[in-house]
Amino acid sequence: MTQAPPAPPTHIASLDDYTNVVSSGEIAELRALAARLHGRSVQMVNSTAVGGGVAEILTRMVPLMQELEITVRWDVITGGEDFFAITKAFHNALHGESFKLPDESFQTFLDYNAQNRARLRFGADFTMIHDPQPVALIDARTAHEGHWIWRCHIDLSQPNRKVWGFLEPFVHRYDGAIFSSPSFSRRLPIPQYLFYPSIDPLSEKNREIEPEIIAQTLEQFGIDASRPIVTQVSRFDRLKDPIGVVRAYQIVKRYADCQLVLAGGGATDDPEGGAVLAEVREAAGKDADIHILDLPPWSAVEINALQRASTIIVQKSLREGFGLTVTEGLWKKKPVVASAVGGIPSQVIHKHTGMLAHSIEGTAFQIRLLLGNPAIAQRLGERGHEHVREHFLITSDIRRHLTLFLHFLREN
Amino acid sequence: MKSTETARATEAFEFATASYLVLIGNQSATNLLELEQGLADCSDASIFYHTFQSLGRHHFLTEGFSNDFAQWVLGSCNRPALAERMASLDIRDYVSLAELRSDLRRVVAEYCRANAAIGSQSAFETFYFCESAEERVPLGHVAWTLEEFRDGLKDLSHGSLQFHFIASRLRLHLRTNDFSQWLSRELGLAALARQIDQIDIYTTTLDSARNAIIRLVEKELAR
Repeated sequence: MTQAPPAPPTHIASLDDYTNVVSSGEIAELRALAARLHGRSVQMVNSTAVGGGVAEILTRMVPLMQELEITVRWDVITGGEDFFAITKAFHNALHGESFKLPDESFQTFLDYNAQNRARLRFGADFTMIHDPQPVALIDARTAHEGHWIWRCHIDLSQPNRKVWGFLEPFVHRYDGAIFSSPSFSRRLPIPQYLFYPSIDPLSEKNREIEPEIIAQTLEQFGIDASRPIVTQVSRFDRLKDPIGVVRAYQIVKRYADCQLVLAGGGATDDPEGGAVLAEVREAAGKDADIHILDLPPWSAVEINALQRASTIIVQKSLREGFGLTVTEGLWKKKPVVASAVGGIPSQVIHKHTGMLAHSIEGTAFQIRLLLGNPAIAQRLGERGHEHVREHFLITSDIRRHLTLFLHFLREN
Repeated sequence: MKSTETARATEAFEFATASYLVLIGNQSATNLLELEQGLADCSDASIFYHTFQSLGRHHFLTEGFSNDFAQWVLGSCNRPALAERMASLDIRDYVSLAELRSDLRRVVAEYCRANAAIGSQSAFETFYFCESAEERVPLGHVAWTLEEFRDGLKDLSHGSLQFHFIASRLRLHLRTNDFSQWLSRELGLAALARQIDQIDIYTTTLDSARNAIIRLVEKELAR
């Protein structure tokens, strides 16, 4: 049976709705900052309108910026399957993997960028190009004034030299580059800015939900609400180390009664995801307390419910971008045990807003510690929530964008 | 003498906020010796970011170390004695970043001299020197009286509190903050100004600091 995505939510949150989450003073400040940008225009360009973290952020950020009376346009580049196969290979190579496509791929990449350059209109005061796929659109700059900013959402700390060597000259022509963590950045001749990604506290995945929905979700998946639940939400990908999570749980299980939930997607449309899912199922064996949930992409409410029902949230990634699932767990006041990789240490300040671990055994130990010390777990959860409120919500992200635009105007 | 309730300032208190843009520098440290060198070479804005602003960024953590250098020395180098010494440098004692930088460098240098084998040991994670660019924005409301001042405080954001209460010390080159300076200078409330300045920003969150200031102001209004 084919599952269909649900209808989109009918209520789109406005800025005033966020005064219930952050203070009215914070929203007033956004308006004060934006007032100095009235009449200015912003163009966002990325490679997908739906799916993925960037589209998710822009879906909320663009209307909220428009509500602040800034003219914002969001354009999505187009390309054939060959283009996206190349950009996927670029993406993996920039994360350090080898690049196996033929040299002609670089020309194909440029050809698609040229097509999009011809198709799109430019000329905004601030043009923000997201990620490597549209990076060569900077060629349009010669004909247009304004500031061009490259927003890099991926970890560039150990890129494949050939691919980075090809992309880097384009990056140098921007007025600035934005990274999600200092450790993701490169030594560049242009200013580099730190912008954390963000979550929307009013989205289906993060808003407060009724206890009945949580109860129904647990029932739907056969999870026992009366016993501790340890959860990792991630697609079935080896870099998320779901088997490592199962091993950590198996160690914990020798000391404490608990259940493990591995909730994610990617197994149906990604051949590797299917293989990883099979490996995870094999590692789980016949343990009825391990719940492996292969969820469709439109499972925001279910994910929200599972996270809120959890006793502990785990993110045992081997490599990670920023790790927004960690942000989501912290926002829900959950104690988080996570690997010290990628952007996670920016979120999980060890022993203050969560626990960092570096191995299966370390992960197991921290889970045991928190299961046995609910007061510590609660304190971590509360601080984690405050940490997210301060730095990782969409309102903070908008503030950073407004500040950047004002900074550029003042500098020039 | 005018009563506190009716006293009116000659110059209004102008509520403002500052929004900070974080710039990632090209300097980093992978051990204590490199930290010492970085402390010598980094910009004043970087010292400000990792000390004054760190306090504001992590105001909700009332335990642990409130400057980034000390936190890194503890968390990534596992050197609690040095971390304690670095954390004990109270930004309220400094009216210039040069003095603060000098003391931070001195503490690290002394430790590395006394523990020669440790200085070059690799840290678990790299320290990245960052700095911030400030965009100051008036919020459009002012206070001429103590009552108006109290009302203005109620809805102030964390950014604004940080701007007036923490970062102002450097701007003023004084061991005080915007609130205390105005209360003392414009309304003649030196005692109230002193009490507000004594609020311990290391052990309270910005919200608790705001509540404490409002309580002190209300107490003054009730006199």
